[in-house]
Amino acid sequence: MTATFLLLGLFLCTSTGGEIALTYGMKATGEPERLRPRQVLQFLGRAVCNGWFWAGIPLMAFSFYALLILLSWQPISFVIPASALSNVVGTLGAKYILKEEVNTARWTGVVLVCIGVALVSLDSIPVR
Amino acid sequence: MVLAMVVCANTGDLLLKRGMTDIGVVEFSGSGLAHAFRLTVTNPIIWLGILFLLGFMICYMTVLSWADYSYVMPAGAFGYALLTFLAVIFLHESVSPRRWIGVILICIGVMLVGQTKPRTTEVVASPEKAAA
Repeated sequence: MTATFLLLGLFLCTSTGGEIALTYGMKATGEPERLRPRQVLQFLGRAVCNGWFWAGIPLMAFSFYALLILLSWQPISFVIPASALSNVVGTLGAKYILKEEVNTARWTGVVLVCIGVALVSLDSIPVR
Repeated sequence: MVLAMVVCANTGDLLLKRGMTDIGVVEFSGSGLAHAFRLTVTNPIIWLGILFLLGFMICYMTVLSWADYSYVMPAGAFGYALLTFLAVIFLHESVSPRRWIGVILICIGVMLVGQTKPRTTEVVASPEKAAA
């Protein structure tokens, strides 16, 4: 049980850190002109030349492997909703690091997501 | 784009779960993790899951280039309902009423976030647009 929640915490920190770095990189890259294969490929080419993209990848890779281990320990209907806690950590990161405007409606939505996650997590019986 | 993102992510997660179930419980030790890694990289279902997650990644990167992270991230959680249905139908997992309520609350929260302005920060113009 302790191992599950420790690994979940590690997953949340690395996935959020990786995604914040990725978002920073994508914002610096700029959006594709059209959603056509050529333009999207050009966009991806520009994105992989951005340092923030490569800062995010190792963190996301680590979180991916942590997720694989969690999936082998617990049912998917526990692991995936529990990983939604990254919504809260991510929103804090978006507000204070990315300087996004997080209004009341957005926070209310995040709190509801949190309560939902708590209900889902309380209902689960970890195997270790 | 967000819908494609959700479908790819959930299909990928489901395939990963199927693949990891085939592999069995991973021992949290050096040799256990190394053994699990070998089994993981030789499992075709895991690779198919990774392919779907790659599709998710491309959609995600594209959406992040113009919308807020705090908007896109919860919007992606629309897949929880879909995922729970898929877990019940294909993996035969039992889902209690309390867990269903949790999933519904998550969805309501996601819908509230969906009502907000998608972009609150300045976006860099694409090189194509800048050149035009």
